[in-house]
This record gives sequence, structure tokens and C-alpha cells, in this order.
Amino acid sequence: MKKTGAQIVVECLKKEGVDTLFNYPGGAVIALFDELLHSGIRQILVRHEQAAVHAADGYARSTGKVGVTLVTSGPGATNTVTGIATAFMDSVPVVVLTGQVPTALIGNDAFQEADIVGITRPCTKHNYLAKDVSDLPRIMKEAFYIARSGRPGPVLIDLPKDVLAGSAEFKYPEKVSIRGYRPTYEGHPGQIQRAVKLMMKSRRPVLYIGGGIISSNASKEVTLLAERLGIPVTMTLMGLGGFPGNHPLSLGMLGMHGTYHANMAVMESDLLIAVGARFDDRVTGMIEAFAPHAQIIHIDIDPTSISKNVRVDLPIVGDCKRVLSKFFPLLEEEDIESFKAGLERWYQQIEKWKSVYTMNYDRNASVIKPQYVIEKIYDLTKGEAIIATEVGQNQMWTAQYYPFTKPRTLLTSGGLGTMGYGFPAAMGAQVAFPNRLVIDIAGDGSFQMNSQELATVAQYQLPVKIAILNNGYLGMVRQWQEFFCGKRYAQTCLKGVSPDFVKLAEAYGIVGLKATRPEEVVPILKKAFSIPKPVIIDFVVDPEENVYPMVPAGEPLNQMRLV
Amino acid sequence: MRHVITLLVENEFGVLARIAGLFSGRGFNIESLCVAESMDPTVSTMTLVTRGDDQIIEQVLKQLNKLIPVIKVVDLIEKDFVEREMVLVKVSATAETREEILRVVDIFRGKVVDVGTKTYTVEVTGDEKKVNAFLALLKPLGIKELVRTGRVAMVRGSKISTEPA
Repeated sequence: MKKTGAQIVVECLKKEGVDTLFNYPGGAVIALFDELLHSGIRQILVRHEQAAVHAADGYARSTGKVGVTLVTSGPGATNTVTGIATAFMDSVPVVVLTGQVPTALIGNDAFQEADIVGITRPCTKHNYLAKDVSDLPRIMKEAFYIARSGRPGPVLIDLPKDVLAGSAEFKYPEKVSIRGYRPTYEGHPGQIQRAVKLMMKSRRPVLYIGGGIISSNASKEVTLLAERLGIPVTMTLMGLGGFPGNHPLSLGMLGMHGTYHANMAVMESDLLIAVGARFDDRVTGMIEAFAPHAQIIHIDIDPTSISKNVRVDLPIVGDCKRVLSKFFPLLEEEDIESFKAGLERWYQQIEKWKSVYTMNYDRNASVIKPQYVIEKIYDLTKGEAIIATEVGQNQMWTAQYYPFTKPRTLLTSGGLGTMGYGFPAAMGAQVAFPNRLVIDIAGDGSFQMNSQELATVAQYQLPVKIAILNNGYLGMVRQWQEFFCGKRYAQTCLKGVSPDFVKLAEAYGIVGLKATRPEEVVPILKKAFSIPKPVIIDFVVDPEENVYPMVPAGEPLNQMRLV
Repeated sequence: MRHVITLLVENEFGVLARIAGLFSGRGFNIESLCVAESMDPTVSTMTLVTRGDDQIIEQVLKQLNKLIPVIKVVDLIEKDFVEREMVLVKVSATAETREEILRVVDIFRGKVVDVGTKTYTVEVTGDEKKVNAFLALLKPLGIKELVRTGRVAMVRGSKISTEPA
């Protein structure tokens, strides 16, 4: 039977099991919205297209499914770019459907025309311009497959108005066959064997795990491996939750704002086992000085990540989960007990580093310390909540003071560092999990980058909690200005020029709360968590608190500022 | 170091832009690029010449492979290969220089493809060295215009360039 392009798109979405769309309508996609009206697919109308992609991204990160966004042509499409680039940098499976002017007008500077395929080419895993309605089923099938397979990422499909209006026979392909795209999942058996031998010879090993552990659902395997061999584990920002942060073998996060002992352990290790991580500059510090004594094993599904920034001694291309699970039978052959016994001195060394410096803050302060708020959020939620962050100090304190114990409980823009990500991402996660507690830990600056979504959470009664650590500054930049610019706070002071967040909440018809003294923090959090509605909590915190430790950009990882 | 890279890619719109974008986005230069349909009309063959140290070239090859419409990537520098390019040159031809031009063209087994009142247009095919030597000889005679195709390359012997060694 013949169907219109719009009908075909909706049918394809159903075939892919899409239950939710984050969208914003417009002229070029009006037929598609008309078709969606009675499709049974839940639609969330955002208030800005950037937020639509962040919401789909939060939905994807929290569920592991593909998040889907639908927007119109021109400005609708260009507004998605930051969202797409955010998902791209953090390898999040998102499909973005954009409207386009009719094919005959493409390239004509038509009304609401933008070359979105050209614009997003470098920040999508792949993108399509559908020029023929009969190509739609194949393109939709491929897009979802590409988004979720291999190293996941965003895929954009541009849908010209006449293609949506045209008609063709609908048959959804059963299989995908793309000759230029065959991700490697299994890992080379010989390399895995060599990795085991290398591990057995090490005396100062560290597992360094990243977001790949989360996207390949390999938390169980990496935890078993660490426990079996007694190897300490450090996580990147993206890897938090991939290994329990409260586990005795956890070193916490490494890198620019990592723990003292994690950074020291990496610098002194003789074997670094990198799994699903990509040696980002915020992790390595000065690259020439990174882990100078270590041999490096690198397990990653993306060959381009291997030996990109640091030389790798033993690369294994494959899916983290499948590769790690192949270690266990090989370990049966090894003398694990004597290996573990050989690690005693390494553990002692790590304990020494822990006693040199433990992350802390002034617990007797008369003002609210932002770290205290985060610790109390953890205490009250027992780590069961889904936490989104914005970008900057709020993000780093969350990473430091909230020991994530489960995968897919942290939504944060690690690679691109997108301020304004957290709130819409939290919204997306709340749509996926209506009964879970979802909290956006925000800064007063970041939150204002997507605060228009208050209308969305109010409309759909999404009970997201927004905890604003309000220090009246763009705090992380202010911190850099304090350290490196002689305290000249150029364009970073927001004191007295931000809205009254309680009144803002009320203006949108949601609940606004405010805390100014430390003793108010716990009661107000309890109150907020008990309200089954969206709530903003304005925590007026110490304006000049800094994030420590800090490795200044480009310096070696063991050159940490501790106070 | 100079690398000659052969690619098999899907013969569809946008592929060239993806490949060019991969280079421009990282600030790498493409020295020459040649694209045309292969025996299979759904596949195009590209020959791409670029320069870079080993680490950069390794990244380039991996990134090329990562592009979805790229089917195959081979760095010919690891193999024994032949390369050719063609050049068209419009050279000013006066009573004094006509003889000399014809002699040079003959020596390089080139051809005069067009004759004007004041110019000869000649073609020569060869590897980079030969083409450069040819141009060096014509230069003093007055080159008006010059177009090079960029290089195409192929593995020597009965092996196929894009099959594993």
C-alpha cells in the first residue's frame, strides 16, 4: 500500500520502538506533525530546539535507548546544532529529524532554508538528506542503526517538504547493510591474551574507565575484573557510575579536578588499562608528562581513539563489555593469588597519597558551601536519583562529592561542556522515568541558558528538581580569573543581575524555594523532594568557593593546586 | 612524508564534502585529489595525496575509515606502486621557440593537442618527477597556463590496490 512520506516516517518511528519525541513544529514539517497527532507516540513540546536535543540526549543517556527529536527547517534546524555537538562529543545515540524546504528550492535561499546537512557534517556520526520518498524507509532504518551501534552518536535526517508530501510503497527493511560501516565488537583474541599477560606482570596497575563502560553496559564486567584482580579503578567524568564510587577499589575521578590519589596513582602506575576512555586533555594534563612509567592497554570500540593523544602499547578494538568478558576464562589459567599479594605495596602507596590530601571544604562555615549541598543530596537520595549537571563548578563539585554508584545516573556534558545542558537533559530523563527522582544540579549562570524549559516542565508536570548553587558568578571562569588573571573578574559577575529564582518559578506556575543558611539545606531538600512537582531550589552559596584540587591546563597531572 | 592514499567510496552526493571536511577540520592539507567512477558504478575511486608524520597519517587513515560512505582505505606508500598524472600546458610559441617546444614535447613523449597563433597547448603524462622536469624545461619558454589532473596510482604486479597485502 502506498503511504505519504510523513506516514512513512511515523511508521518507521513505530517500527524502531520510539515512544517519545521531543519536538517543535514549523512550516516545513507541518504534515509530519499532523500525522503524529494520532500516532500514539508521546510528544513533548519544548520551548527551544536546543533543549529538544538535550532532552532526547538525557532520555538516551538515562535509558540506553535512542532519543529522538523533530524540528522544522532553517532556524529550527540550526538551533539543534549545540545539542547535536554535545551528543556527538559524548557518544550519545540521538536521531534528529529536521524539516527542509522543498527539493526544488534547496540552494535558493528560500524562506527558512539552512544547509543543515552541511552544517552538521562535522558534528554528527552521519547525516542524510532524503531526496526521494522511496529512500525514507532505508534511511530511517540506517539512521537508528548507526546511532546506536558501534560508538554511538547523533544522526540527522533532513526531510524536504515535498518528500514528506510525496508517496511511495512502504516496506521497512529487515536488515541494514552498509558496506562502509562494520563496527568491530569482539576484540582480537591474541591481543586479549597478551593483555592478560601484561596485567599479570604489573605491580602498580590502574584501571582507567570512561563513558564507553556506560554506553556498552559494561559496569558489571569492569567491577568483576577489578575485584577479581584487586586493581584500583579511576573514572573519567563520563565514566562516573560505571564503577561504584563508594567501592574500596575506587580512586574517584582523575584529571584536572580529580582526586589527589587518582592522579598520583596514574602518574606512578606501571600499567594503565584504559577501557572506553579517550585520553582527553582534561584527563591527561600535559600529554608528554602523562603516566611516564606506564605501559598502556587501551580497549575501545573506536579505532580513531587509540593512539590519538598518547602512544598505546597494546590496543584492543572492540566493545568494552564483550572484550572484558573474555578476560575471565583466561584468568583461570593465572596465579591470581600471588598477583594480588604483589599489589600490597601499591595499596600502601595509595593509602599514603590519601592521607596526604583528602578532598574537603570548611564544614563550619556560616554560609552554605556548595559541596555541602551536594553531599546532602547524596545522603538523602542514597545515590538512587538521576543527577544532571550544568557545566562548570557545579559539575565538578557534583563529580567530586556525589559518589555515583550506578551507571546511567549521571547526565553531564563532558566533551563539549555545554552550559544549559543539564536542565533539559533532566527533563528528558524524567519523561523516561516519571517515578524516579531527577535532579539538575545547576549554577545560576548555566541554568539561565535554557531556563525557558520551565514552561515545558510546568506544562507536562515533570517533577524535575533544580538545585541552583547560586554564587552570583560564572564560577569556574571566575576561579580561573582569580588564579590566572589577578582576580580581575571580567564579565563573570552575575550578582544582583539574575532574576529572583523563586519568583521565576512562581511565574511559570511551579514551586520556588530558597535557602541562605547551612541549617536550612537539609529541611529544604526534604521538602523539595516530597513535592511531586517541578521545584527550583535557590541555594545562596559562598560566592568565592573554588574547586580543588586543580591541575592548571597543560600542566602535568601531579602538579595539583590543593588549596 | 608524502602519502598516496587510495579510497573506495560510495558514489553518492556529499561524500567528497565529508572527506574534504575531515582534512579541513583538522587543518591538514590535501596536495592532490582525483575522483571518478570505478568499474562498479555505485563506487568511486579516489586517489588522495597528502603529507604528514606517521601519527597524523595514522589518524587520517582511521578517520577516513570511520566515515560511513568510505568502503576501503589503502595507504599505497606501504606498497610498491605506479603513479601518473597528466598536465595540460599552454606555452607561448614564437618563431624562435616553436622548434624547442616540439623537441621537449617529443623527448617527454608528450603531444601537442592544440595550436594557436601565439601558443601551443601540449599534454604530458608521467609521475611527479617527470611532470616537474617537463615543466621546468618549458618554463623559460613562457608558460601561459597550466592544469594538472592530480595523481592516480595503482599497485604494481597482479595484486589489487585495495585488497589486503
